[in-house]
Amino acid sequence: MDEYALIMRHEDGGKTASPEQMQAWMKQTMDWIGGIAAQNKFVGGTGLPFDGSKVVWHNNVVTNGPFGDIKETIGGLITVKADSVEEAIEFAKGCPVLQGEGNSVEVRKIAKGDGAH
Amino acid sequence: MQQQELIPHLFRTEFSKITAVLCKLFGIEHIEVAEDLASETFLSALETWTYKGIPENPTAWLYMVAKNKAKNYLIRNNLFTNKIATEIKSGLPGKEEIEIDLSDKNITDSQLQMLFAVCHPTISAEAQIGLALRILCGFGIDEIANAFLTNKETINKRLFRAKEKLRSEKVAIEFPGEAAINNCLETVLTTLYLLFSEGYYSESNDTILREDLCHEAMRLTNLLIENEQTSQPNVHALFALMCFHASRFAARKNEHGEFILYHDQDETLWNEELISKGAYHLHLASQGNMFSKYHLEAGIAYWHTIKADTKEKWETILQLYNRLLQIAYSPVAALNRTYALSKANNKKAAIAEAEKLNLKDNHFYFTLLGELYTGIDNQKAKQHFEEALSLAKTQTDRQTIQKKIDQY
Repeated sequence: MDEYALIMRHEDGGKTASPEQMQAWMKQTMDWIGGIAAQNKFVGGTGLPFDGSKVVWHNNVVTNGPFGDIKETIGGLITVKADSVEEAIEFAKGCPVLQGEGNSVEVRKIAKGDGAH
Repeated sequence: MQQQELIPHLFRTEFSKITAVLCKLFGIEHIEVAEDLASETFLSALETWTYKGIPENPTAWLYMVAKNKAKNYLIRNNLFTNKIATEIKSGLPGKEEIEIDLSDKNITDSQLQMLFAVCHPTISAEAQIGLALRILCGFGIDEIANAFLTNKETINKRLFRAKEKLRSEKVAIEFPGEAAINNCLETVLTTLYLLFSEGYYSESNDTILREDLCHEAMRLTNLLIENEQTSQPNVHALFALMCFHASRFAARKNEHGEFILYHDQDETLWNEELISKGAYHLHLASQGNMFSKYHLEAGIAYWHTIKADTKEKWETILQLYNRLLQIAYSPVAALNRTYALSKANNKKAAIAEAEKLNLKDNHFYFTLLGELYTGIDNQKAKQHFEEALSLAKTQTDRQTIQKKIDQY
């Protein structure tokens, strides 16, 4: 069994949501992760809040947030176990981030660290 | 009559105390000597009390006899005296000076240290529970065999092998050091959790024995709570979990000994005192920054003490299961999570999730699907219950499922 990273991409990280929307989105995300964990396929997750984020550029220029010139931002990533990339894709399809038009979930196999990949 | 009742009761509590203190004194390699001396003490009691009546303070009598027997043993057994007495005290003591400390404090300390010794990671979980029941709870071999639904011979073999292991690993009877305590405590909590579950879910028909198992698990967990070093948030969380579960003892079975499902239980039979005790310890568990699966399970158990079927209740339970599965997957948690999902969201969503669970050899899986399809597709519901019936292993489970099928 391989491990895959599901990377959640938002088209526009600068968008703000109402507290109610945020709460509904949190629940959907928790239910999505819980569903993967219930299949014993969840490995770990890292949320990446937009607040207080910085971008470091060439020549040590630092700007606020991953917004502005960058069109896409990463909202978070989770790691799952899957028998095939197809299974990992099925997990990704359930991600609530995909309800937003232009958003995407990138599926990437994680290197095993055995030097063989 | 009075005596016949008194002795087993005393045996349970005092056997374990005397054994722990003697074993601590002699070292784990002489665990059988400690057990034998404790047994002989009770044999003396049985012989003497039958003729002379029960002494005014039976416990003090037992301790006195145990002390004398231990001293005699040390004196009689030269090898033992040379080998062990030197280790007990620095320098060679006069034989009469050997002090056998049966004070409350030393009893508690010895029992706690024995608990850590018994829960040594090199011993299988089953054997740890068996040893704990024997050494720390004073259960008889036949009682342990009954609880595990097996025979005395199997238990004797299991305990013998476990004691051999303790000897060969030279396990010390002591408090783990500051650095090791969290790891050791983890193993101890797992054993206590399993000991409690053994009682709570055991198929043994002996209800009193099963409840005793749970109470012993709670008593040992309480020993950890009362000790400053081990009174940690996850210990409180485990104790809270035990209280919430134990609060439903009286409501779980009908007069024929059949299990009553949670929804059908008479909540006036739930033990309010245990529920408040659980809530108190859950509160203590949330102080500090320690977090464990016991916190989540205690939270889930707490919400189950509220009978009313509210959206808030099931939403909270669902989220607790979502988190529990992330840190400690188990098929039971996966199935319960899916049930909570059906209550918090809806049955259709839960069916879709249930069908992704790869648990087709588990009869609870089909019972769950039967429940979820009920009212949506009764034909399918019945099929699932029938599938569950064919997989069920115990009489109780078959009875419960048959009742469901009979509804159609």
